[in-house]
Amino acid sequence: MKNRFYSLMGGLAALLTVFACGPTQEGNAGALTSNAAERVYVAPGEHDQYYAFISGGFSGQLSVYGLPSGRLFKVIPVFSQDAEKAWGYNEETKPMLNTSHGFVPWDDSHHPDISQTNGEVDGRWVFINGNNTPRIAKIDLSVFETTEIIEIPNSAGNHSSAFVTENTEYVVAGTRFSVPVPQRDMPINEYKGNFKGALTFISVEPEHGHMDIAFQLMMPGFDYDLSHPGRGKSHGWFFFSTYNTEEANSLMEVNASQNDKDFIAAVNWKKIEEYVKNGGGTLMPANYAHNVYDDNTHMATSTMEKEVLVVNPSEVPGAVFLLPTPKSPHGCDVDPSGEYIVGAGKLSADLTVHSFTKMLDAIENEKFDGDAYGIPILSFEDVRAGTVSQPGLGPLHTEFDGQGNAYTTFFISSEVVKWKLGTWEVLDRQPCYYSVGHLMIPGGNSRKPFGQYLVAMNKITKDRYLPTGPEVTQSAQLYDISGGKMELLLDFPTVGEPHYAAGIAADIVKARSKKIFELQNNNHPYGIKSDADVRVERDGRDVHIYMSTIRSHFNPDNIEGIRVGDRVYFHVTNLEQDYDVPHGISMIGANTSELLIMPGQTETFVWEPKQPGVWPFYCTDFCSALHQEMQGYVRVSPAQNAPELSWSLGE
Amino acid sequence: MKKSRILMFLGALLPLLLFVFPLWKITLEAPQYPTPLGMYIYIDDFADANPHDIKNINLMNHYVGMKYIPDAIPEFQIFPIGILVSVLIGLLVAWKAPSRWYLFWFLLMIAVSTAGLIDFYLWEYEYGHDLDPKAIMKFTNPDGSVMGFQPPFFGSKDILNFRAHSYPQLGAYSLGLGILLSLVAYVVGRKEAKTPVES
Repeated sequence: MKNRFYSLMGGLAALLTVFACGPTQEGNAGALTSNAAERVYVAPGEHDQYYAFISGGFSGQLSVYGLPSGRLFKVIPVFSQDAEKAWGYNEETKPMLNTSHGFVPWDDSHHPDISQTNGEVDGRWVFINGNNTPRIAKIDLSVFETTEIIEIPNSAGNHSSAFVTENTEYVVAGTRFSVPVPQRDMPINEYKGNFKGALTFISVEPEHGHMDIAFQLMMPGFDYDLSHPGRGKSHGWFFFSTYNTEEANSLMEVNASQNDKDFIAAVNWKKIEEYVKNGGGTLMPANYAHNVYDDNTHMATSTMEKEVLVVNPSEVPGAVFLLPTPKSPHGCDVDPSGEYIVGAGKLSADLTVHSFTKMLDAIENEKFDGDAYGIPILSFEDVRAGTVSQPGLGPLHTEFDGQGNAYTTFFISSEVVKWKLGTWEVLDRQPCYYSVGHLMIPGGNSRKPFGQYLVAMNKITKDRYLPTGPEVTQSAQLYDISGGKMELLLDFPTVGEPHYAAGIAADIVKARSKKIFELQNNNHPYGIKSDADVRVERDGRDVHIYMSTIRSHFNPDNIEGIRVGDRVYFHVTNLEQDYDVPHGISMIGANTSELLIMPGQTETFVWEPKQPGVWPFYCTDFCSALHQEMQGYVRVSPAQNAPELSWSLGE
Repeated sequence: MKKSRILMFLGALLPLLLFVFPLWKITLEAPQYPTPLGMYIYIDDFADANPHDIKNINLMNHYVGMKYIPDAIPEFQIFPIGILVSVLIGLLVAWKAPSRWYLFWFLLMIAVSTAGLIDFYLWEYEYGHDLDPKAIMKFTNPDGSVMGFQPPFFGSKDILNFRAHSYPQLGAYSLGLGILLSLVAYVVGRKEAKTPVES
């Protein structure tokens, strides 16, 4: 058994060597240039040139880094509870994690995408998908906080998401796992022909970014893996890679890998939009959460939506076509001009590039090669623009530099390969350490990439950093792509699995970043505008404390008359209006997280005291020279024998 | 119209810009304030240089027992009236009076401005020295006396971790220019009186 294993590994290694030795290979040391340190060094007090928003994969969050330094600035909580920021713990943000399955404290965040105007990244919002319990979140880049999460019904494994169209008309979310629609009790092996794959188009209101599900395209039961919008000439189309066109339901690694070609599905969403506008589609009962955070009330509300508009592709002729693409394509990337659609058949050694122009021509001349569930299949040779022949092993994702070059990651041969659009020749290759997944060029998903840096996000790190036990850090690598050859400049550790990222020139974003929340706009129902409004109110066993914080005290800081068994709400308003002066608060024994309250904001935690005594609370964020003095006491008395409710400061 | 009279009109009108532009600005710099805290003094108001600056200056100053900068001071009532009356007198002088009266207005304005500056100094002194006896932090001078925190009257000065700057602004410059113009008008007027009319 062991011998067979070794000979298999040996064979694989030989295979890798054959593929890895391309004509431009420069040894395997990574060829670090001697001045690499200088080129990633951002002097103290200086700012980075780019923001990189790197997803946390199974961390469920989105991290904010600077490029070229690779410095981490913030981890924005999105789908997972974060005790540090009270995300999902305080009363205000708990509704953000509500779903049709109830409160879900975690998800798997994969693909961030920055909003666009005229095909260029505009730095207003980042959209990102929750993969496990299908959701799309919107992060507002004026506050770097998650302000909206919408659940996707009829979907499962929300993976070909969350990519935006050229003017952020839609955020698109495709299902990786097809499921019965509507969900019902049925034998799993009756999958074929019965399960459906929903591709969901979420409209984005242009001014405030409010999301709504416009329609769901109910496709055959394939796995919709990744997607990208058309741009420029192909604006109005969306492209989805598929695998498991076999419609297998077990031992997928074998059974979903049988077809020589799967498809890239081309969806003319403008046509479907028109169809829907004219009353097309069917309203179907559904149940999904739509959670919205308001920066003025500083609270989230969760609404359960009860129906969704479903479109059957066979009822909209000319709206959906299937482009045969070899071997379970994963990445599905569109070049800046919108002409080329790159399908990375992960089980193929080749990259297939389709031509949008040829596709339109094939459609016009009805060069069909059969159909799948009524959806026309175009013939492979009629839509193919070219093939990048054997550039490496395990092609996954492609981004573009805006100079006519494409960069593709290869998982198995662990490298990034640069090749030329149109001639399909390989220009350069650089190793990744190790097993690269996605890559990101700031703006690389738009009409106008900033073709200076490339970030490779690796799946395996092994020996690249100091070891930290069996679980080691995840890692990204920065390459300079401004010259003819790619140059590795930097490794930097990431939070969670760096699944994918979106990048943008810092200048576009940083001027819009808020410094404080204006206290006068605070409309929190339990917020206060000044110390004059400080009070404590009892409503049965609920006690509401309207508390303020300002350097360096809580008001009130002495509270008496609380009874064992009460439910005590600390509604804490930070009256500060100065940049970077948050206050925190935590109560001994509270079964929740601290609060971390930004200037002008109100947050609430609940404390249910269980025994009589005098219990202290204190400020958890080092706010000022007298931070240590920022503390207070609550007196808790037996329920039958409690004094009158009273509160004070400085008496 | 004679050149001197035109100059006098201009001079008398310029102080009106005090109703548009600030008189003075006090700026506080410290490492924690990459954007310095600042306060503009208008003839009828204190104003933030950047949003919430005065609130933040008050917050800083309460550590050493300084009083909050008041929303209003009596001067805000008196100064605008003083300026309006002065401008009115100036315009009357420019309109009716012979040029030697320009000197009178010049001296009047010097007196009014000096009174204003003395008042400003006294307010600053009071603000910097009238400290709460329960101040969180108390500082003494090397000679043992209680340290005051008076901002500079004019110029720059270190106060604990802050570097304070105090300089006149466009309003004050307009007032000064107006006063100067009246003097020029007076001098020009005298020359005009000596020179026989040629045409």
